[in-house]
Amino acid sequence: MTFRAVMSGRARRLSSDLGARWMSTWWQSVEPAPKDPILGVTEAFLADPSPNKVNVGVGAYRDDNGKPVVLECVREAERRIAGNLNMEYLPMGGSVKMVEETLKLAYGEDSEFIKDKRIAAVQSLSGTGACRLFADFQKRFRPDSQIYIPVPTWANHHNIWRDAQVPQRTFHYYHPESRGLDFAALMDDIKNAPNGSFFLLHACAHNPTGVDPSEDQWREISYQFKAKGHFPFFDMAYQGFASGDPERDAKSIRIFLEDRHLIGIAQSYAKNMGLYGQRVGCLSVLCEDEKQAVAVKSQLQLLARPMYSNPPLHGALIVSIILSDPELKKLWLKEVKVMADRIIGMRTALRENLEKLGSPLSWEHITNQIGMFCYSGMTPEQVDSLTKEFHIYMTRNGRISMAGVTTGNVGYLANAIHEITKSA
Amino acid sequence: MSASPTSGFHADSVFAHIDRAPEDPILGVTVAYNKDPSPIKLNLGVGAYRTEEGKPLVLNVVRQAEQQLVNDRSRVKEYLPIVGLADFNKLSAKLILGADSPAVQENRVTTVQCLSGTGSLRVGGEFLARHYHQRTIYIPLPTWGNHPKVFTLAGLSVKTYRYYDPATRGLNFQGLLEDLGSAPSGAIVLLHACAHNPTGVDPTIQQWEQIRQLMRSKSLLPFFDSAYQGFASGSLDADAQPVRMFVADGGECLVAQSYAKNMGLYGERVGALSIVCKTADVASRVESQLKLVIRPMYSNPPIHGASIVATILKDRDMYNEWTIELKAMADRIISMRQKLFDALRARGTPGDWSHIIKQIGMFTFTGLNSEQVAFMTKEYHIYMTSDGRISMAGLSSKTVPHLADAIHAAVTRVV
Repeated sequence: MTFRAVMSGRARRLSSDLGARWMSTWWQSVEPAPKDPILGVTEAFLADPSPNKVNVGVGAYRDDNGKPVVLECVREAERRIAGNLNMEYLPMGGSVKMVEETLKLAYGEDSEFIKDKRIAAVQSLSGTGACRLFADFQKRFRPDSQIYIPVPTWANHHNIWRDAQVPQRTFHYYHPESRGLDFAALMDDIKNAPNGSFFLLHACAHNPTGVDPSEDQWREISYQFKAKGHFPFFDMAYQGFASGDPERDAKSIRIFLEDRHLIGIAQSYAKNMGLYGQRVGCLSVLCEDEKQAVAVKSQLQLLARPMYSNPPLHGALIVSIILSDPELKKLWLKEVKVMADRIIGMRTALRENLEKLGSPLSWEHITNQIGMFCYSGMTPEQVDSLTKEFHIYMTRNGRISMAGVTTGNVGYLANAIHEITKSA
Repeated sequence: MSASPTSGFHADSVFAHIDRAPEDPILGVTVAYNKDPSPIKLNLGVGAYRTEEGKPLVLNVVRQAEQQLVNDRSRVKEYLPIVGLADFNKLSAKLILGADSPAVQENRVTTVQCLSGTGSLRVGGEFLARHYHQRTIYIPLPTWGNHPKVFTLAGLSVKTYRYYDPATRGLNFQGLLEDLGSAPSGAIVLLHACAHNPTGVDPTIQQWEQIRQLMRSKSLLPFFDSAYQGFASGSLDADAQPVRMFVADGGECLVAQSYAKNMGLYGERVGALSIVCKTADVASRVESQLKLVIRPMYSNPPIHGASIVATILKDRDMYNEWTIELKAMADRIISMRQKLFDALRARGTPGDWSHIIKQIGMFTFTGLNSEQVAFMTKEYHIYMTSDGRISMAGLSSKTVPHLADAIHAAVTRVV
């Protein structure tokens, strides 16, 4: 008798004793999960055979030929890494060099907070990982707190704080009528939130709307945060990518630092260094003094250890090599500006094309908004039509990834949008 | 706007009350070792392989794969799918389950790339906490220090089953059977696939068969941690036997795989979680739910290490070269065991030290107590975890005598 026959014979006997428990699946009741709204778009795009298809879904940069880009500074860094370095575990807090350089980008080259060692910082799994680590940390050490999240925001923000079991509230942000910032309502929400609330702020290039507060507006927000004692947590996923100038893109953070807030920041190199799949980022928390920073960092490490032990090496090496070599850093800054400029150019082109087509609607917001995304104002139904009739892929909230727009497809895209919206 | 508001503004940090966390007991050993200025210091803490010269090792085949990747200008750094690199996932499932595994051929296995062993365990644990009817996981006593934390944070409650017998420095098989026998039906059981960490004590094949029968009769769900495939005996297939036995009976299980040690990819964080299901349809639904666990944790896994693994596993020559390099590492460790055993016997060190050559894998559970360990650190600058575990991978022919002296002194002077 074969092994299998013996086993199934045995199982049949046992199943009559135990109600067939071990013969049945454990996962009978597992429902198929809904597709991720953003990453699901690319899957659908890839499956479409149409030669005209356009992917303006996921926020990954493309060059003017619609191809993904690996920056030259990154290629050079990889050449230096291959064959030369070992692959030992990083410390739980990640690469010290990488974190040091990363803090300079956010807090400033000569930041007093870096000098005074007041920043608790750990390498994280890109921006997602930084947000999640902070959310877990918030849950553990401020268990009664909740997080205020802007409407709208990157969909995964809700998942992150939910899985960390931190209750969520929302605050007004986007103003659909003007396709701009609902500043008055935002300020009201800040004032009405209980003192000491935690707020999630997009440092620049708000995702998905591309709508950022002006410098003056940021100052007012900061002032009100001080009055209420709120905790500002910045998600900065696009530093350098928004205006082309990393210093300028960090302005909101610098304003809050000048006003002596004790902030938290999630930084990502996915877009601005094109390191998407390498998962490189940093979580930092500004503390009152060095002693506190040491304590907070140790606790962040305690959260990272049972999640992934220590963060991945390769991406961190790339970042450290680039940022600590003045020539490579210069090259990087140039390449970031090229990417940002191309996007700004595409915004202009898309708007001009729509206006030339005689669209009855206003498309000013395309050039007013900043960063990778444009919140077109199209409805989910209009988006569905765009996909069905024109094979254009984007998320159903009407968000267009400008990085997917090229001189080759901007005309087609404008025409399609015009067709779908002209009788709206 | 220039007047500083006073109402509601608290100058204190909202995190002012936080205490400094204790050092991680395992990773903290290396921190302490690094601080020690002594020229004769020896790091036998964290389980990272070292050569005879005491250097970290990057396998030749890994260097080759790296070069290939760097030279290929068509490669990009785009996001991987949430479940990771498809090739890597398929090849990893085949590696642990066997190329001819019916479960693989029938598409009943869902495999997702995760952050090494830790990440695979955490994702698996979170999935179970959400979707499995039993929230308790049984872990062996002792086990890797990070296991209880991983599963607790995943949302499971952790219990233990007897495993190590200090009297024999071997397996407490009776205790194991009793404890698993009295576990509630359906409970999850963590099993070290081979080279148990920290003890190096593995069940025999016959004992595995008994464990399997007991577990299936009680519907206990096996969750394998496979961090040392190929590293224990030198044979990838032999080290996978326990996992394959369970899969062969047609039942379900989870397997967490790590490439940290057997491919030397430690810092790249490469691993995979496989869930073997009854049907392809179930496997597909399970995969969709795994994505929901992963997305809010880190969105998608890192590409570099997985690309190296896939490159090696899919190339026949590179794969063969890997098995040779792997066996060389395993053999060096086995020879260190023998040398240490011989050195202690030569010194007439009191006690039975045969467990050093009976235990398997990277670690030896010496049986030394924490006072003896502290003594060895202070007087001999030997760094190891306080449970008496030493990483054999950190030893060389040159340093064995120093360790033997230290053990001898500890055993004779500190009780």
